[in-house]
Amino acid sequence: MLQERVPNIAKLVEPDRVHRLCYADPDIFELEIRQIFEKTWQYCGHESQIPKTGDFWTFQIGRQPTVMVRGHDGNISVLYNRCPHRGVQVCGSRNGNAGAALTCPYHSWRFHLDGSIESVPLEKGYLGTRFDRENPAFHMKKAARVDSYRGFIFANLAADGPTLTEFLGEARIAIDDMCDRSPVGKVKVVFPCNRVVQRSNWKFFMENQIDAMHPSSTHMSTGQAAAEVERKIGRETGEKPLHYHMLSAFTTPFDKWDLLETVGYPYGHTILTGYMGLRPTDRDTLEHEAILEKAYGKAKKDEFLSRNIHHCLLYPAVSIQSPLQQLRVLRPQAANRTLSEIWHFRLVGAPEAIYRRSLWYFNLVNSPSTLVNADDLENWQRGQWGLTSDGGDWVSFHRDFGRDQDDGQVIRSTNGCSEAPMRSQFRAWLKYMTAGTA
Amino acid sequence: MATKKKIGKVAESAKKVAPSTFERAMKKVGVTAPKAKPATNWDLHQEIEAFLFRQSEMLDAKQWAAYIDLFANDGVYWAPSLPEHEHWDGKPAIFIEDRDLMSVRMKRVLHPNAWSQQAEWATNHIVSNIAIEHVGKDGTIQVRSRFHMMEMRRDDLRHFGGIYRHTLKRTKDSFLIQLQRVDLFNAQAAYEYVLQVWV
Repeated sequence: MLQERVPNIAKLVEPDRVHRLCYADPDIFELEIRQIFEKTWQYCGHESQIPKTGDFWTFQIGRQPTVMVRGHDGNISVLYNRCPHRGVQVCGSRNGNAGAALTCPYHSWRFHLDGSIESVPLEKGYLGTRFDRENPAFHMKKAARVDSYRGFIFANLAADGPTLTEFLGEARIAIDDMCDRSPVGKVKVVFPCNRVVQRSNWKFFMENQIDAMHPSSTHMSTGQAAAEVERKIGRETGEKPLHYHMLSAFTTPFDKWDLLETVGYPYGHTILTGYMGLRPTDRDTLEHEAILEKAYGKAKKDEFLSRNIHHCLLYPAVSIQSPLQQLRVLRPQAANRTLSEIWHFRLVGAPEAIYRRSLWYFNLVNSPSTLVNADDLENWQRGQWGLTSDGGDWVSFHRDFGRDQDDGQVIRSTNGCSEAPMRSQFRAWLKYMTAGTA
Repeated sequence: MATKKKIGKVAESAKKVAPSTFERAMKKVGVTAPKAKPATNWDLHQEIEAFLFRQSEMLDAKQWAAYIDLFANDGVYWAPSLPEHEHWDGKPAIFIEDRDLMSVRMKRVLHPNAWSQQAEWATNHIVSNIAIEHVGKDGTIQVRSRFHMMEMRRDDLRHFGGIYRHTLKRTKDSFLIQLQRVDLFNAQAAYEYVLQVWV
């Protein structure tokens, strides 16, 4: 048992520091896959990725190759992407349309879009054998649980545990904050997503997203370069395009970032408040606000737009930047290797200009030619190397320790640069990793 | 207001360029064969070839400012996410930059605190299969070529390849790039790390 191979896991996590092996040890990574990724609600994709009957999208939950499929009744199934006959992967492309049934390329076993068996060639050959078309062992295996929230589809490979609603808890505000910016409460994916591999542990990403201390240091080069060109354009044209501000905001000094706030929830979800000052009052924004007011009334609109989220993380693998309609989901591959899918959403019914604005962010920050994440990935890789060394055993999460507002469940900090969200994530991590061993 | 246009506002002028740049009728513009007949104007062909070779050498020599200066004032460098994208307007892209955004990229990589630039890295570009697809009455030239870029970063090698489509404007003694469209053949493969400068 893996838990026996990593017997002292509780000793690796202290309230103010964690052992480097949490990031670097392959056995601990395998245990994370079993205890966290294959037992919690994992983001599969958005329903608009598979709008038509037979549409499918493949991805990975933990170690399991999975596929989500739109059925004849409109329902979405999440299946293990393998044929029960000889184990061959049924859907061979990242996405596509299966037609009326899923067909295994090897011996033409066919499955209904919910994974149950449709037909097997020469079925009479199985007469008198243990083959039984009613037995789920001869179907494409289903994820134990599938649920969705406002079009965002999640699956859980474990039958037990909290429901999706319980799991998301208050952190569902990330999805609400995105959808409520549409006058009809809906978003649609923009194809295609970007996929980037970081050669570092998945937790580097999850910690970095709510680490308000890092931008001024990591992204100073981009912030200053963009600020310079932004000033030049301002001089030449009398106006500064908003997308330059998305980059020049990285020149914000440490003490300004410290004015933000952090919230850490019991299942590991975390929020960094603030919006990098991107609350403009230009014509496009005002038009958007008017559309929202017409749809929801003034009180609701004000409530929706007063939410204050920079990043919201749905532990362990989703990061949502709701004001800019971007979502990143991690598919960890090894202790030192993590694939991320980066998605952009369109607000249904919102002005085109609002979409163009968030598209700038997607193209400048979240594309493979990112002007921003290049330095993040570099720093995390160097971090991974450092944590693989014997130069020291502990990762320090001491900043503002002892000043957390901690009710035993939710950990808040009124210092944006506090390491409270990392402490909160590791409290959840330890619970997941030791579950079932007590 | 200065006369210089910014991306997002150049859409109209670019739309004029686009129809002659791309075969609009073909959906998969990135994977069609060149439209060119065998070259008849070898002087022009050789002049363009020298221009493209020089451009790629500038990348490999990290002469960023000279590289940006190959673009017209309203020139655009665009690497679409998908070959069927006929215009950048409203589409996600791998790169979409006018000269101002290109200079942000240049200033970033030259900044002493661009941490990712501390790693040793270099590229090696090969440009080939050059075909002049169209010479317009206004002197605008559409050129298609293939490229192969190897990139060394620390101890790793990566490969990128694909199709360049240059829309060139004649100048007195050379050309200016109105639009460079770069269709990476591996644009949709997962990126091991990211791209820090132009391909």
